[in-house]
Amino acid sequence: MNNRHLYWLAGVLAAIAFAIFGYKVLILKFPVTPDRLETAWRIEARIDFNARGGPVLGEFLLPRSTTTRPVFNEAFVAGPYGIATRDAGDNRAAVFSVAEADGPQTIFYRATVELAPANETPPPSPTPSLNRIPMNEAELAAARALLAKLRPRAAGVPTLMGLLITNLRNARAGDEASLLLGNSRSTRRIVDTAIKVLRQGGIPARRVNGFALAEDRRQIGVAHWIEVYVEDRWLPFQATDGAAGVPPRHFPWWRGEHNAVTITGADRPHITYSVAMAHQFALRAALERGRSIGVSLTDFSLFGLPFQTQQVYRILLVVPVGIFLLVLLRNVIGLRTFGTFMPVLIAMAFRETRLVWGIVLFSIVVFLGISVRFYLEHLKLLLVPRLAAIVIVVIGVMALLSVVSFKLGFMGGLSVALFPIVILTMTIERMTVVWDERGAMEAIIQAAGSLVVAIFCYLLMNARIVEHLTFVFPELLLVLLAGILLLGRYSGYRLTELGRFRVLAGKDPR
Amino acid sequence: MIGLARRLREAGVLGLNWRNAEYTLLYNQRRLYPLVDDKLQTKELALKAGIAVPDLYGVIEVQREVRNLPQIIAGHDAFVVKPAQGSGGKGILVLEKGPRGLYRKPNGSFMSEAELAYHTGNILSGIYSLGGQPDKVLIEYRVNFDPIFARIAYQGVPDIRIISFLGVPVMAMVRLPTRQSGGKANLHQGAIGAGIDLSTGRTLTAVWGNGVVDTHPDTLNPVTGVEIPHWPALLDHAARSWELTGLGYQGIDIVLDRDLGPLILELNARPGLNIQIANRAGLGHRLERVKAARDGLKTVEERIAFARENFATA
Repeated sequence: MNNRHLYWLAGVLAAIAFAIFGYKVLILKFPVTPDRLETAWRIEARIDFNARGGPVLGEFLLPRSTTTRPVFNEAFVAGPYGIATRDAGDNRAAVFSVAEADGPQTIFYRATVELAPANETPPPSPTPSLNRIPMNEAELAAARALLAKLRPRAAGVPTLMGLLITNLRNARAGDEASLLLGNSRSTRRIVDTAIKVLRQGGIPARRVNGFALAEDRRQIGVAHWIEVYVEDRWLPFQATDGAAGVPPRHFPWWRGEHNAVTITGADRPHITYSVAMAHQFALRAALERGRSIGVSLTDFSLFGLPFQTQQVYRILLVVPVGIFLLVLLRNVIGLRTFGTFMPVLIAMAFRETRLVWGIVLFSIVVFLGISVRFYLEHLKLLLVPRLAAIVIVVIGVMALLSVVSFKLGFMGGLSVALFPIVILTMTIERMTVVWDERGAMEAIIQAAGSLVVAIFCYLLMNARIVEHLTFVFPELLLVLLAGILLLGRYSGYRLTELGRFRVLAGKDPR
Repeated sequence: MIGLARRLREAGVLGLNWRNAEYTLLYNQRRLYPLVDDKLQTKELALKAGIAVPDLYGVIEVQREVRNLPQIIAGHDAFVVKPAQGSGGKGILVLEKGPRGLYRKPNGSFMSEAELAYHTGNILSGIYSLGGQPDKVLIEYRVNFDPIFARIAYQGVPDIRIISFLGVPVMAMVRLPTRQSGGKANLHQGAIGAGIDLSTGRTLTAVWGNGVVDTHPDTLNPVTGVEIPHWPALLDHAARSWELTGLGYQGIDIVLDRDLGPLILELNARPGLNIQIANRAGLGHRLERVKAARDGLKTVEERIAFARENFATA
């Protein structure tokens, strides 16, 4: 067999990959290492609503770009809707409208933001008007009593805030705080109540709505804190304990006690926000550079996709790396695993469960699955119904593990739901067959082998540098492809065969 | 480690990657695989070519036919149940009729009618077949093995494996079940593998586990220097298998029956590499010699003569 064709193909693939890689690194200055990742974030808001068939007019609140908190790369994906931004008091707003729309509608907004330094001093702003929030008599009395109780103990607004929030947090049935709060103890309720009380006492205060920028999240909840007007500035206070400052790593999105979106002509407006660590902060300059010299490379890259899709590809693109490792371990080292790609899929599940929990959960599910499988052996079931029965048992075991671990306070147990069910089922079935035919030892060795391979795949696939390189430089997949093609013609020994055939090697001449 | 790999390479020891890349992938065409992967097709092929195989009592193709089992085995005291597409001996049952409608396995334990039906159903649904696809069940003649093996085999059926490359027998071994292997002729599970001198048909050194043995661990009879009966016929079968299937590199599994002589059990398109350990020799150099001389090896007789001349170990 002439391997020249193969070498030629692998060489061309690798050359193309390294040419693009080199161009991106040397000319466009894409960062090779994932440094300075945490300084910028991409936020995507997805607004869904149901149009009633007539004109639709809506408003969506946006963050304002300031020098300490720049908002850049803003973009709307809004289909037929006309979009205009305007100033709306404390906020900036996007107004979207269309003459006629019917059925489910979706509008995307995305922007890249940066976190301000923690000890930032807010800029001065004009004195706001004090809009007291209407209260009934009982509430009014409670608010006044609370203020009368706290004011003498406070040395200024910051200490008053601390006392007020602590009081609300520790509300006991029957006291003023609990009357004001009503049934809810949510952060939002506490923030709104504090604002009511402060305004009643003549202190301007407003709610801030924003996000924690701490990790990549598909759907992120809105966080709330308070700003109080002191002298000539709006000072932020945290809603947990009333401490001064913006909560750590939080980005303010809009201000005010209302929702971020209001729509007329449509029902059930719903917003979901996703947050992603913006690798492109370090990349931003590179991308801009590419655009300015008219290179469309960046427009056709993964950065052009919506966030949620980007998140999916961030995971998918590390799979080839795991697969490559698997080929090495199987064809060069000679490890044996259950199912060709099972370890890679388990490794993907480990990304969510984390390693230790992943191993524990995997072992429990497989152990219980095998026990049930051996019991089913007595019932003499046909193969497909038996596999179906094991699938159901596996799902049941996973649900049970989640419930039990949640009750016991181990959050790690919840992520068991991410295990690939069918793969686990096939593993259990094959393990039982091997157990029957080759004995328990062989089955356990193979299962442990699969787990070890999965752990190696996980460690490699989960390395930040690997994720960074595959996502920023997807062309490197061609290098992996070339490597796998070459391994396809590797005819040398597997490492395990050296031991197996050792007796045939003859004596060492030395 | 590198030194070990080099010495193995010098000794011509074939590894899995080497076998796949240079032999099975190049000399075995994919479309011919069904001929050997499906034992029913192999059987028909062999019969057409006049090569003896164990007599087929019946075939079960769908679950409903499992109830025909008693009719199929009526009139036979012993029989073998095997998946048509099994590999490595998986799923094969050798049974004898016992008391109260039970079946006796070679190890002396019994199996009920229901258990046998369950096993048959498992085979049909494909748990022993190569890709997991639905399979057929063959019920066939149980070999009464040649008395020479009664002294050096424990319970199971000993068989002879010959590797044939381009129609030239290149290496052979006999696999002898032991108590440890549970009556199975599988080296992994503890059966003895003894290499065979292609020229004389006598067994060479025998390997058990990782060590060399001279006597069978259960019967204590010598396992080296045993002359395999019908040796010329066995070589003839191995040489003809090329014309039979068209597969360049294959393994032929043959059993010797007391009354019927050599019977082909199955052919294998991806024969294992343990035969090298049993022979304490690598396959690589032998295969290269056949490749170099292939133009002069047209007829079955030429190929057998080449094997006897070149691959004698004595």
